[in-house]
Amino acid sequence: MNGFLDMLARLGARATNMVWRGGVMARFFFLVLVNSGPAFRRLPLTVREVYFSGVQSLVIIMVSGLFVGMVLGLQGFQTLQNYGAEETLGVLVALSLVRELGPVVTGLLFASRAGSAMTAEIGLMKATEQLKAMDIMAVNPIARVVAPRFWGGVVSMPLLAALFSAMGIFGGYLVGVVLIGVDSGVFWSQMQSKVDWYYDVMNGVIKSVVFGFAVSCISTFEGFDAAPTAEGVSRATTRTVVTSALTILALDLVLTAFMLKPML
Amino acid sequence: MPAQSGRESLCCYHSHPPVKSSIALNSHLVEIDAVDFAYGKRPILANINLRIPRGKVVAIMGGSGCGKTTLLRLICGQIRPSRGEVRVDGISLSGLDTEGLYALRRRMGMLFQFGALFTDMSVYDNVAFQLRENTDLPDDVIHDLVMLKLNAVGLRGVANLMPSELSGGMARRVALARAVALDPMLVMYDEPFAGLDPMALGVIGQLIRKLNDALGATSIVVTHDVQESLQIVDYVYFVSEGRVVSEGTPDEIRRSDVPFVRQFVLGEADGPVPFHYPAKSYAAELGLTVP
Repeated sequence: MNGFLDMLARLGARATNMVWRGGVMARFFFLVLVNSGPAFRRLPLTVREVYFSGVQSLVIIMVSGLFVGMVLGLQGFQTLQNYGAEETLGVLVALSLVRELGPVVTGLLFASRAGSAMTAEIGLMKATEQLKAMDIMAVNPIARVVAPRFWGGVVSMPLLAALFSAMGIFGGYLVGVVLIGVDSGVFWSQMQSKVDWYYDVMNGVIKSVVFGFAVSCISTFEGFDAAPTAEGVSRATTRTVVTSALTILALDLVLTAFMLKPML
Repeated sequence: MPAQSGRESLCCYHSHPPVKSSIALNSHLVEIDAVDFAYGKRPILANINLRIPRGKVVAIMGGSGCGKTTLLRLICGQIRPSRGEVRVDGISLSGLDTEGLYALRRRMGMLFQFGALFTDMSVYDNVAFQLRENTDLPDDVIHDLVMLKLNAVGLRGVANLMPSELSGGMARRVALARAVALDPMLVMYDEPFAGLDPMALGVIGQLIRKLNDALGATSIVVTHDVQESLQIVDYVYFVSEGRVVSEGTPDEIRRSDVPFVRQFVLGEADGPVPFHYPAKSYAAELGLTVP
């Protein structure tokens, strides 16, 4: 009986802790927004972070996009061939990428590459008392350190998702047209006529912006909240990747449900 | 029984009770009155009273975990006392909002235990940081000021190096240059001698003294390095278990017969601070029966 009660107590404590943590993160997010002035007034600070989280993620994003597009081309061609619809390969590749895979896979890669780096950097600054030193110097660390990184992530994410999709479409073209021999004109014209700018492309952009906010918020919060030890920073980095991945997938479901046209 | 009954005053001019006249405010830059502080349920400071006179270098000494660094954090307003009052330059910290606190902190400098230099900035940018963030000075003036401060600590030649390229002693000196970049009225040093070789230790000690006198500042040195500190400070507070147990000038401290001070100054392993952490008897631990 006591063991069961202990288990219930632990479960309750864990749930309370999660709610508490969610509240702290919401408060942190609010503070970042309130203290975002310097990130916009002193643009070089934010541009520097766009370089670190955006430009330095380009290689992994573009190579991944290329491979995902090539796989889509191969798999899509084989399936479409069964229905005699090979000419719609371009549409399948483009829609899969701009609506879904582009924002989601970029979000996951962004969390692993840039998000974890943001957490580790802020966490180490905390562990080595750099944030405290800044605060003692009458410089708000949220305004000076967190906000530029946050907005750098928010700006980078949709741009990276767009590049991922573009590279994916190019990968699909390489496999479908160059390798397998689907007609090039049909590949592009079908894509042009079937992919809607607002319904498909813009919804994908909205998703990538939302994921950018989520990953940047989680990454900066985990760094700022990390225990100031080597182990604490390591745990915070892991939490960033896991929480970001789950949040992206959950948000994707919600956003997709809201964005789909009525089916009935 | 008064909470500070164990405190032994060795010098008359710092042992008087809190005085709130303007004269007292002028003579003491930092005043800590009957302050209690606890981390959660763990009490750190208990009814502590301290006075830091203007223009002096004052050391706060004590064993690890006795509340020395907590005192510094209270003075710079990073934490608030659960009871009592902390005043800096006559301003009570408890009544300050963030803006007020930041305005006061612009007149303070702090040297952290391991420097806390910004690792993504060069030495030059580290020293210039506060000047760029808190002033509207043009770049050429900032350049001159940075070189002035680096020259004062003897490190003008490392301006373009990164913190990772510096030795421990050099990093501490750069951090010192950064701490005094805005010519603060109060400079706080958190364990400035920790982990330094004897030569670097002597250099840092002399710099603390000389910079304090040159800037007309007031310095608080939190340390457990007795010999080095006694050579450079004007006054010493000994803190143990969250309260001031003794105070005096360096000469008075050297001559002191207070058991805690003697143990601390002479570095004795056992005394008022026992060698053994409280535990059940050794015989009981080993399962032996004592006849």
